[in-house]
Amino acid sequence: MKKIFLLGNPNVGKSVVFSRLTGVRVIASNYPGTTIEVDKGYLKVATDQFEVVDLPGTYSLEPTSKAEEVAVRLLKENSKEDITVINIVDATNLERNLYLTLQLIEEGYSVIVCLNMCDDTKHRGINIDVDKLEKLLTVPVISTCAVTGVGIKFLIQRLKEAKLNARKELSHQQRWQEIGEIVESVQQLTHRHHNLREILEDASIRPFTGMLISVLVIFTSFKVVRFIGEWLITNICDPFFLNYYQPVLEKLSLSLGREGFWHHLLIGDLINGGIDFKQSLGVLTTAPYIEFAMVLPYIVSFYFILSILEDVGFIPRLAMLLDNLLHRLGLHGFAIIPVLLGFGCNVPGILSTRILESKRERFIASTLISIGIPCVPLQAMIFGILGKISGFYVAGVYLVLFSIWLVLGSILNRTLKGYSPEFLVEIPPYRLPPLSVLFHKLFFRIKAFIFEAAPVVLLGVLLVNLFLTFGLFNLITNIFSPIVKGLFGLPKEAVVALAIGFFRKEVAVGLLMPLGLNVKQLFIASVLLAVSFPCIATFVVLLRELGLRGVIKATAIMAATAIIVGTILNFGIRY
Amino acid sequence: MKEDQKGVVCEVSAGSSLKNRLLSMGIYPGREITKLSHFALRGPVAIRVGRSVLAIGHGMAGKITLEVV
Repeated sequence: MKKIFLLGNPNVGKSVVFSRLTGVRVIASNYPGTTIEVDKGYLKVATDQFEVVDLPGTYSLEPTSKAEEVAVRLLKENSKEDITVINIVDATNLERNLYLTLQLIEEGYSVIVCLNMCDDTKHRGINIDVDKLEKLLTVPVISTCAVTGVGIKFLIQRLKEAKLNARKELSHQQRWQEIGEIVESVQQLTHRHHNLREILEDASIRPFTGMLISVLVIFTSFKVVRFIGEWLITNICDPFFLNYYQPVLEKLSLSLGREGFWHHLLIGDLINGGIDFKQSLGVLTTAPYIEFAMVLPYIVSFYFILSILEDVGFIPRLAMLLDNLLHRLGLHGFAIIPVLLGFGCNVPGILSTRILESKRERFIASTLISIGIPCVPLQAMIFGILGKISGFYVAGVYLVLFSIWLVLGSILNRTLKGYSPEFLVEIPPYRLPPLSVLFHKLFFRIKAFIFEAAPVVLLGVLLVNLFLTFGLFNLITNIFSPIVKGLFGLPKEAVVALAIGFFRKEVAVGLLMPLGLNVKQLFIASVLLAVSFPCIATFVVLLRELGLRGVIKATAIMAATAIIVGTILNFGIRY
Repeated sequence: MKEDQKGVVCEVSAGSSLKNRLLSMGIYPGREITKLSHFALRGPVAIRVGRSVLAIGHGMAGKITLEVV
């Protein structure tokens, strides 16, 4: 089968073009490095079937990060006859983009240039003579706007016009010179006054105004996430569970005879003679309630806000502001992207550490994410439990986690060998994402959560119930109770919860609820759940990204941190 | 170099991988760039190259010698 490779600089819209060509939805954002893995899809033109490959962005054919390496290696693995390269070019930034284009043509690939973001050029006073560009480059050039779909049809129609090229190889200097000449002759700029967008773009990369804007944006985001989450819970989820679902379950409970093995498994324990979604712990009661009434609302609100921030182009600016701080932890500003994604779920967070260049950075970032970044499910549960008592405690948990970040990061930075490279990243312009794009992305992420997380939670609660029925937990409870009881001041049943945290964090907090812990114990347990081992899905990714030795090292750090922090919190703080 | 000042790159005194990386992003001797801002305490520097804005770490920025225009 013939292959089509989508290649281009970071953040030019390759993933959007990919979705348009194949109908396969992939995550696209407004920052360089969204695509870290290779996505594949299929496109049928007349009778020909093509395999379309979406590659991570690269500035040149000489890779500088792990993600770029993947792109270049895959390209070079195939013989030039078998592939057509769609080189996606950001029309608002022709000059820099053409460097890769020329390199591709010189190497002799069949290239077709997709001049993307053509809608944006008009606002910015840029006019590009496409026909002339086509003549100068000697390859087909099609202007498109992938977000709205304009031009994609032509792109497909003209695919077959791409032919193997032969062009003499230029030195870097000559290449830039030639690009200068091309740009000079095809691009016309009209001078315009600064508009509000440009003023904001400028303000957000200056230290003082940038800090102000960031604090404002983050504070607002946090408030909005909480507001939407709470609203969904009190107005949609809780009413549904209490008014419609509970009566059904009560009937089921009656017909099961209100006790016995199956009742225990499906409904769980009756609290004060009825079903309590938070405490019954049955496969049909607590499991769906945790997933759909406590966690899902926050998944929706968190990813809604994160998607907006991503698409607008705010995150790279935040990266610049935080560069200084993160440097002290052996990372650089760009590490904020894995961290933010990690707040949603640690798995994509750790995967996206691939945008960092060195192995050392990736180790520090992955370890810090799995220790100090609570995922949405865990945060939602912490809000649900501690937030009910006082927002002060929730803030306390974040404060403790942040301190761990700083201390652990500095220690890792001083003790690990090697050095961390410096920050070098392109700051994209602000863009207003079309709502349809935003909602598609949100829908995509929510779907992934429902299909990946919900079954694991059901299974988790099922296993816990089986284990409890047959007393299988007694052994581990007894082994670990000296640590949990003696050092952390928690009842020994909490061992079960902490162990189940390995499965899924929200189930673990669910198990804490019926234990009747006091505030101090809840606080310590919440922090420990965040700090101790991440869930199994995260472990699998860690293993893949860091290798066995890396994981063992990271795990040792996690265990040590959990024990130290738990002990300090238990003995060091008066409540 | 002050904010909003323009300069022409004279030399990039770095290893070949960094040199290549900067080159592929459009920073090479003879190129005109504009400094937009810098952050205190050895923080990053924002520059404009052509139509793109780049953020560069302090140490890296120090390796780029400019002639102010």
